[in-house]
Amino acid sequence: MRSDKEGARAPLGLKIAAGLGLAFLHLPILLIFVYAFTTEERSYQWPPPGFTLKWFGVAWGRADLWEALILSLKVASLATLLAMLLGTLCAAAMSRTKFFGRESISLLIILPIALPGIVTGVALRSAFNLAEIPFSFWTLIIGHATFCVVMVYNNAVARFRRLHGSLMEAAADLGADGFQAFRYVVLPNIGTALLAGGMLAFALSFDEVIVTTFTAGQQQTLPIWMLEELVRPRQRPVTNVAAMVVALATFLPILLAYRLTRDGDQTAGAGK
Amino acid sequence: MTAAEIPQSRGLRGALSDWFWRNPGMTLFLMLLPPLLWLGIIYLGSLFALLLQSFYSIDEYSGLINREFTLKTYAELFKPANLDIILRTVTMAALVTVGSAVVAFPIAYFAARYAKGRWKAIFYLGVMLPLWSSYLVKVYAWKLILAREGILNWTFAKLHLTWLVEAWLALPIVGGNSLSVSHTGTFLVFLYVWLPYMILPIQASLERVPGNLIEAASDLGATPRQTFWNVLFPLALPGVLAGSIFTFSLTMGDYIIPQIVGTSRRFIGQAVYAHQGTAGNIPLAAAFTVAPILIMGVYLWFAKRKGAFDAL
Repeated sequence: MRSDKEGARAPLGLKIAAGLGLAFLHLPILLIFVYAFTTEERSYQWPPPGFTLKWFGVAWGRADLWEALILSLKVASLATLLAMLLGTLCAAAMSRTKFFGRESISLLIILPIALPGIVTGVALRSAFNLAEIPFSFWTLIIGHATFCVVMVYNNAVARFRRLHGSLMEAAADLGADGFQAFRYVVLPNIGTALLAGGMLAFALSFDEVIVTTFTAGQQQTLPIWMLEELVRPRQRPVTNVAAMVVALATFLPILLAYRLTRDGDQTAGAGK
Repeated sequence: MTAAEIPQSRGLRGALSDWFWRNPGMTLFLMLLPPLLWLGIIYLGSLFALLLQSFYSIDEYSGLINREFTLKTYAELFKPANLDIILRTVTMAALVTVGSAVVAFPIAYFAARYAKGRWKAIFYLGVMLPLWSSYLVKVYAWKLILAREGILNWTFAKLHLTWLVEAWLALPIVGGNSLSVSHTGTFLVFLYVWLPYMILPIQASLERVPGNLIEAASDLGATPRQTFWNVLFPLALPGVLAGSIFTFSLTMGDYIIPQIVGTSRRFIGQAVYAHQGTAGNIPLAAAFTVAPILIMGVYLWFAKRKGAFDAL
């Protein structure tokens, strides 16, 4: 409870600092949206000399952009699927009982995102090299799934904890076997958390660039395409459009995940 | 739901289900097996392989990797040029951490204590959306902002403050030819990109402060300022520490931001990237990655002692 006094007003200085902070977080992203329409081709001139929709058409016709996008979607879907499977299993097991080594397992799960991305990337790359596994679509999936597990795990484990054990027992008392209890009792209760975790994992994988550079062979995902464009700008207007589309594409899953977890706060049997 | 809707289980499936029920230990083991195999073999295996390779060395003449245990590669880390890289990276990570704590605190404080209802949701999404927006898009946005012909210089020119930017850029270390090739630019982009990671834990720790604690403080005659410094701020510190884990670790491991916005002086990430790539010096790259792992290890140990993990 924070409503110490009704009508407790924030000091003006605090309001200004918080407002400026939020503006600082959002203005750069808004700028991307303006630049997507600029007529300027050779520089990042501000204010834009004019506005045009031309570059949307040009970007639409670019085969390399489409290939990168499709590859990114494929990688993110497969990695998310794998992560959902592994993350859910892990969350279910971890929330059930206390057992020896439980703490180390939870550390192991968060390690891939707790350590700097470059460590994960170099480690995987050198391991693939040592094992003489050629870099391909599949090495990319392995890399992505590894750091996506934690996203699903975090979401699922929070929900599993709130899911009362007596629910499973009640299901068993009513004659359901383990699979039925899972299908009819557990799954509906954790479904939205899984979906939210999956979306966050998808967004993470779709956007990931560091581990990707280390585990990809010739494959070019959308972030890799963007990175090349950032290092050596060749088609600035097309990049502007691509950046805007990517920004929009990541907003949607986030808003959806937010809705899903917010509504899912009232879990059956939570008892709190 | 009535029992009639769910068919009674029989046969193999029923037997399997019964077996799971009777052997909770085995069930637990079977559930944990796939994720542990994955993370244990693929991830930990790779990490250990990397650590192992940091004890190899590279033959200076042939460029081949000599697979004999040696500390030579680690000794190389302490050459002035390499030590410089580590020091520069740690300094930048520390500055970014302090900077983001300063910028994040008012946002988190307002969101936790004053924002209600709709504003609460706006602040929450206002932090979540930038947090989850594409990293490269954010970096790209800053490339647009910091460009010589970009919006920042334009704004300063409109305010007749161009001389201020130029005076800043003339300073040693933080300055440079233009903002986009200076350490100041690198700092700004780091600050921007990792800021949400600092806001969320601070907000979480402030929200856990019970309201009656504040009331008690004012009942005992504390001014709002005293309440803030003596009650709220100490309780928010674990949150700041938790956020600093992210900002510190993320800054230390990044090699893309300093490559796109910054000077030609390297950071740890760039050194690792260069050594494992074109130079083919995996042992030195591996030794370089040990530096952030060790620093983070010490940092995490310290943070854990100060209770930062409860604030995550």
